[in-house]
Order: sequence, then C-alpha cells, then structure tokens
Amino acid sequence: MVQVGLNHFLIVSAILFSLGIFGIVTRKNAVMVLMGIELVLNSANLNFVAFAKYGNFGLSGQIAALFVIILAAAETAIALAIVLNIYKTFSTVNVDEIDNLKE
Amino acid sequence: MTEAVLLNISIAILLLPALGFITLILFGKRIPGPQWVGTSLIFLALCISIYVGFGKLAFYAGQNLIMEGRWIQILNVPVLGQVNFDLGIKLDNLTVIMLFVVNLISFLVHLFSMEYMRGDIRFSRYYAYLGIFTFSMLGIVLTHNILMMYIFWELVGISSYLLIGFWFEKKSASDASKKAFLVNRVGDTGMFIGIMILFTNYHTFTFDTIFAQIAAGNLPFHSSAWLTACGIMIFLGAVGKSAQFPLHVWLPDAMEGPTPVSALIHAATMVAAGVYLVARIFVMLTADAMLTIAVIGMITSFIAATIALTQNDIKKVLAYSTVSQLGYMIMALGVGAYSYAFFHLVTHAFFKACLFLGSGSVIHAMHHEQDLRKMGGLRKKMPITYYAFLISTLAISGVPFTSGFLSKDGILAGTLAFGSLTGHWLIPIVAFLVAMMTAFYMFRLVILAFHGEPRDLHKYEHAHESPFVMAMPLVLLSVLSVFFWYGLNPFNPSTGWFLDKWIKTPTTIVPQNMRFDFMKTEAPVAGSLENAKAGEVKTTNAPIAVGAPKVTKQNESETAIVHSEHYMHAMHQAHYPAMALSLLLGGIGILFSFLLYQWKKIDPDKLAESLKPLYKLSLNKWYFDEIYAATFIGGTLAFSKFLAWFDNKVVDGIVNGAATLTRMVSKLGGLFDHVVVDGFVNFTAYLSGFIGIFFRKFQTGKVQTYVVFVVFSVIILLFIFRPFF
Amino acid sequence: MNIYDIVFYLFAAITLVSAFFVVTTRNIVYSAFNLLFTFFGVAGLYVLLGADFVAVVQIMVYVGGILILILFGVMLTNKITNVQIKTGTLQVIPAVIGVLLLAGVLIFKVFLGTEWKSVKTDIPVKTTAFALGKLLITDYVLIFELLGILLLVVLIGAATIARREK
Repeated sequence: MVQVGLNHFLIVSAILFSLGIFGIVTRKNAVMVLMGIELVLNSANLNFVAFAKYGNFGLSGQIAALFVIILAAAETAIALAIVLNIYKTFSTVNVDEIDNLKE
Repeated sequence: MTEAVLLNISIAILLLPALGFITLILFGKRIPGPQWVGTSLIFLALCISIYVGFGKLAFYAGQNLIMEGRWIQILNVPVLGQVNFDLGIKLDNLTVIMLFVVNLISFLVHLFSMEYMRGDIRFSRYYAYLGIFTFSMLGIVLTHNILMMYIFWELVGISSYLLIGFWFEKKSASDASKKAFLVNRVGDTGMFIGIMILFTNYHTFTFDTIFAQIAAGNLPFHSSAWLTACGIMIFLGAVGKSAQFPLHVWLPDAMEGPTPVSALIHAATMVAAGVYLVARIFVMLTADAMLTIAVIGMITSFIAATIALTQNDIKKVLAYSTVSQLGYMIMALGVGAYSYAFFHLVTHAFFKACLFLGSGSVIHAMHHEQDLRKMGGLRKKMPITYYAFLISTLAISGVPFTSGFLSKDGILAGTLAFGSLTGHWLIPIVAFLVAMMTAFYMFRLVILAFHGEPRDLHKYEHAHESPFVMAMPLVLLSVLSVFFWYGLNPFNPSTGWFLDKWIKTPTTIVPQNMRFDFMKTEAPVAGSLENAKAGEVKTTNAPIAVGAPKVTKQNESETAIVHSEHYMHAMHQAHYPAMALSLLLGGIGILFSFLLYQWKKIDPDKLAESLKPLYKLSLNKWYFDEIYAATFIGGTLAFSKFLAWFDNKVVDGIVNGAATLTRMVSKLGGLFDHVVVDGFVNFTAYLSGFIGIFFRKFQTGKVQTYVVFVVFSVIILLFIFRPFF
Repeated sequence: MNIYDIVFYLFAAITLVSAFFVVTTRNIVYSAFNLLFTFFGVAGLYVLLGADFVAVVQIMVYVGGILILILFGVMLTNKITNVQIKTGTLQVIPAVIGVLLLAGVLIFKVFLGTEWKSVKTDIPVKTTAFALGKLLITDYVLIFELLGILLLVVLIGAATIARREK
C-alpha cells in the first residue's frame, strides 16, 4: 500500500464532488439541493488545501479555501432566503414543480 | 376740370354697370323693381359719360389722357426677363365718343326693355345681363392695353352668349347662343395668337408702347411679314365679333335673343367692337393687311346685302343689313378711310338701334309675330314707330340730310379714291352695288311692314302704338339720325366738328415700304413723326410704380397726321362723283322697291321665278350654314368619330392588352409567390418549429436537468481539450 | 502504514460514507445530520493537510453557521410533523450512471492521469493563523475588504428577500 499522498486526497475530493452532483441532480427538495452544493464546495476546498500542501504555492491555497467558505456562507444565506420566498409563492420547495421558466 | 378727374370718373362709368350686375344677380329676386336699379345706374353712367365727353372734347380735344398702374410685375421670367402687366385707361376722342354711344344706347335699351320684357320670369336676370354686357363693352372701349381688351372682349362674348340664349327653353335660342359663342371663339383664337406675337416681341400689352416700338423700326421677329400676319390675326378677332365673312353666320341666328338685346348688342355696340378694335390697331396695319381687311369687308357687305334682299323675317333682314353695314365699316378701314369708318360706326349705331327697337315695337304690337308677310298697314296704327323707323331707313339708305348719308358717302368716296389710287376697282363697284341693295331691301321692309293693306287682320286688329317708354327711345334715336348733330353742312361732313375736330386719321407707323403709296409721308415736317416718336418712347419708358396709377398726357396733334396730299386730293376729287353716284343708285334702289311692293308694277314672285337660282341662293343665305355643316361640322364629327373609333379599337385595345398582360404576369407572379416564396417561408417556419420542438425538450425549466447538461458538457469538453494524457 | 495513513483513511471514510448518506437518505433531517459528519471529516482532512486554521473555520462556519441555517430552512419550509419532510427523488438511474461516469473521469482521467509535480512543502508545525492573518492584510487585503462588503450586502439582501412584504 502506497503512502498517503496528493492523489489520495484528490480521489476523496472527486468522490465527494460526484456525490454532491448526485445530490443536486436527484433531490427534489431545494434544501437538499443546497446540501449537495455544500458537498461540491467542500470537495473543491479539499483540493485547494491539498494543493496548498503538495504544490509549491505557500499558503495561497488555504486563503482561497477560506474565501470559498465565506462565499459558501453568503451563498447559503441568500439561497435560503430565496427558498423561503419560493415557499411563500408556490407553497412548495420542490424544484421540479417550479418550472415557470419553461413557459 | 383736370385730366385726373376725368380719368377717375371714367372708372366710375366702367364700374356702375358692374355694380348693377352684382346687385341684380345676387338680390334681383328680392328687389321689387329690378329694372329701376339697372336703368338708373346706366342713366348715371350716361350722365357721367356726357360730362366726360364734354370735358374731353372741349378742353383736351387734341390730347390723349392715359392713366395706368402696374398690375403684375414678374421680375424674372426665363427667356423674357422682367415682365410687367399694366392696367390702365386711355381717354382719347374715340373713347369718349364710344362711351357716350354705348351708354346712351344701353340706357335706351334698358328703358325700352321695361315694357318689352315686362312679365318675363327672369326679368331681374335680364337686367343683370344687360349690366354685365355694358360693363364689358365699356371696358373694351376704355382700356389702354390689348390684354385688358382681350379680357373684356371675352366678357362681351359671354354676355352675348347669355343674352342670345336668354330664352333657353327654346331650342333654337340655345343653339344660336352656342353657335355664336363657338364661332366667336374661332376669331378670338386668332386674336390671341396676334396678341401673343406682339407680347413675345415687345413684352408689353400697352398699345402705345407697342406702337412706339414699331415706329422705331422694331418689327416683330424683324420681319415685315410677321407684322402683316399679326395685324391679320388680331383682325380675326374683329372678324368673329363683327360677324365678317366667313364667320358671319352667328349674327342672324343671334336674333333669337330678345329684340332690345339685338338692338343693343347685335346691332349697335358689341358688333361694333370689332370695328373699334381694327381702328385701335389701324396704325400698325401694313398695306397687305389693309387690303385683306378691305376685301373681307367687301365680301361680307356684298353677301349680306344679297341675302337681306329676300328674307321674310323682319329681324333677319335687319341682321343681314347689320352684317352688311359692318362689312362697310371694315372695308372703309381697309381702304384707309379711318375717320369715315368710325363716323359710320357711330351713325350706324344710332339708326340701327332705332331700327331694331322699332322692329321690337312692331313685334311687341303684333304679339311676337316676326314674319313680314303677315304684317302690313301698320302705319296708321303705330305712327310714332313708323316715322322713327322711316327716318332711320332713310339714314341707312343714304338719303341726304341724314347722318347715314354723310358717313356712307364718306366711305364710298374713300373706296373710290382707293380704287383710283391703287387700281383695285372692284371694291368701289361692290360698295356702290351694296348701297343700292341696301336702299332696296330697307324700303322693302318698310313697305311690307307699314304700308299697304294688313295681311293678317286678326293680329292687325290687336296692334297698338307702343307705350311711352318704348316710343321715347325710338324718337330720340331717330332724331340722332339727322345730319346736324355731326356738322352744319349736310353734304360735306369733313367740315363738321365730328371729323374736323374730333376724329382724325392717325399716322400709320409701319415702315414706308410696307404702306400704300398714298399713305407714305413725303417729308418729315418739324415737330412731326420723328419727334412724336421720340416723345412717345420717352413717356412710355418712364417707370411705373406698382399700384400707383400714373397719369400722362399725350399730344394728339403730334401723333395724328392725315394722309398725304396725294390722297387728300384724290379724296376731294372722289367726293362729289361718289355723292352723285350713291344718290343715283340709292334712288334706283328705293324706286325699285316701290315698284315691286308699293305700286305692284312688277310681281316679286314672278321676278323670283325668273331668277330662281339667284333667288334660292339668297333666300338660303348662300347655303353658308349648309356648307359649314357639311365641311367643318361634318368634318369635325367625322374626325371625332374616327378618333372615337381609334380610341375604342386601338387605344383601348392597347390598354386592354396591357391589362391582360399585366394580369397574366401578376398571376404568374402570384403563383411563384404562392408556391416558391411561400413555400420557402413556410419551410423556414416549419424548420424553426421542428428545431424548436426538438430543443424544447431540453428546456424543462428544471434546474437539475440543466446541471446534468452542464456535467455532461464538461465531460465532453474534457475529452475534446484533453484527448490524451 | 503509519498513523498518518490510518487517520487519513478514517477521516476519508467518515467523509465519504456520511456524504453518501446525505445524498441518498430520504429524510431531510437525517441528511442534515449526516452533513454534519461530512463537514467534520473534511475538517479532519484539513488538519491532516496542515491547515489547522482552515479546519477551525470549517467547523465554525459550516457546522455553526451553515448547517444551522439549513436546519432552519428545513424547519421553515416543512412542518416537522408532516410526512412531506421525506423528500422525493428523481432521475435516479441516469443520475447514477452520470455520476459514476463523472467520478471515473475525474479520478482516472484527470487526477490520476495528470503528472502532478508534487513538492512536499514543509508546513510548519506551529499554527498557520499568524501567517494567514499576515497574508490577509497584505497580499489579499483588497479581496478581504471586498468580502467584508459582500457579507454586509448579503446580510441586508437576505433579510430583504426573506421578509418579502406585500
């Protein structure tokens, strides 16, 4: 068994990413979709931090990860506000029922 | 009494009848006595014209008074440059005499019509028409330029048309009015061409300016032929209006109008307008033009006199007599007897108006019977009418002590002198023949109407003398037909004030080589032609401000020089032979008519039978109407028919062919549009729709689907950009 | 296999398993709790990668902020007693295929197929907070300020959107 290196982290990140996408695509509930997005963001962050360690970038990768976390928080706040609005408007948060854009 | 006063009140004379016309045509039906409106206005105009005539002839006899103002000023016309249209009036002796004549006869006719036209359903309109006629006739007389004259000329034509067709319910009357109008148009077209020749060359319509240019040797198109043509063209207007051969056919038919109208328009004034026009342009007539005019006048007077011999309608006889006398005047102008022509115009106006009004009186008394064969013996019933009629007849026949004798004698002497000087003997011969015939047919008329036994007893019984307003004009006019109004010597008019002081032959201004020999000026006397020319050019070149009338005085004595000594001598020589000859021939004519109709020594029917072809020719008016019907009218109709056929077949055919072709092309185009263009458009639409339907499947509106697409796209892109590792 | 490797596998397993349950369980509240473990696992991995400050931030922001926010969202949009809390799924089969494809591509074609020039940098054992703080107010100060403004805007925006008055 090889020593844990960059590729290990990358594989974990890739799997996490795919799971996040799976969550985004398959869930009806908007909140669940948000959770999938969080997974995707986490996998990206994991990559940043892994490259910060294994690439020659100093602490920039960690700074980027920090920024992503901040943005994720902001994004979640806005997204939840939108979800609440949607709920008030359509009385549902199932994204498959909200397809007014189609018409 | 200054010249400005005279000129300004002359405008009042012109406008008073127009005022009457406007009032009557607008409010005629509501005014209780329309005849009084028209008559009083004319009376006022008559008074003013007497005043003007007196003032002019007494104080300014040797001068011409001109007032002119700029009407239109066009600064820049292509080719011509600056063009000015001036309006103005010119008072010379001719004008004031004509003013008096026109107003007097118009007034008398107004008076006469009060009774004659009483009860007519369009009584007020009748007076309105008389008003516009008088207005336009006065306009012709007063104007100082040929454009205004042409305008009034046409106005006279239209009022004549209205009055001839006054009883338009009668087909003959409406036909006659149309005929008069159309025949006049032929002449007027020629006149217009003449005017345009002048205008093209001189850029003005004012007579004096034009004459000054010609006198300065500036001929139209630098050619004497054009000058001749121009004179003849303008003369064509006179041919139409004065009923000269070959356009004389309208005047007899014009007798369909009311008889006072015939007296006013078709005997005394309007037909004299042609003579007046020729007198106005007399100075610019070349020898050729004058000869043409003389020959036309001669032919006219001869033809009309022969026709008048056999007519049975009292008004037709008078109408042809009028045509004949007008021919006389034209002929006199043609032979250069300018003053006698105008003299005859005046005297003829009086005695012919008297004759027509007398005939109107007779017709009125006979309950609108116009056939001479049904009259007779009216002398006892209508003494005033008879004597007035008789005096006028004597005047027209040229019996001494009448005005007609003086003027006619002058014309005959003029023709005789012309014959002796130029060798054209036919003109005096015909003139004397016509004098004889005139005497004959006029006395035939008098005898048939007034002498002998009544032929229609029923109508005779009801005949009566006309009332005062009808008789008074007759008396007045017959009094004016006596010699002493024109000169004290009953045998030689040239010493009278009319010819000695008032009317003088103006100097012709055409180049010497284009005049008759007898009209050539021998030696330029000091202060004559050349100076006059210079003076005239100076005055006419003075600038005229727009809208500001300018009054000028012209010295008549400078411009008016009589013919050469040569001519005067010949004229003097011809005077007594002409008088003797005319007396003799007139006597023969009168005697002949008495033989035929009064004493019945010769049976007129037998005479007619023996001279049947000539009689027929005369009775049928030389078949002029038939000839015109066959040639001009038939030709026009045939040409019109051909044009109609051409239109129908060829033009319509082309048009229809074009239409059919267009339709076919349109159909093809429509098919193309329908199949190809529409097909293409529809195909595009279907394609878009199809693609839309296909791609619509992807647009689900579900975010997750889009995410899936994004993911797959990223994968595909990965393979595209990084195919190998 | 040393202790580092064991800890790595432990955290990787926690992360992936809990993430799997996040996306597969039907109960939305279970998902939220599983997400908690995922975040912890990721935080552990950060520690392994020497990013101690990021790991702390991850736990504070995600677990303390985002996850609570999500739970509030769940509670505000679903009545707890309602059966509706079990969310439905859709397009499972194509999604599975697609995700497997994606994972395969990512792992074998991108990450493993790339020759990473990995240089083992020595992350100092002492805390990175000092160095990060220095970077934030020197090299990245503009972004830092912008993010501050962004957070302010988000604060106001979220409140405005969520309030949605008539």
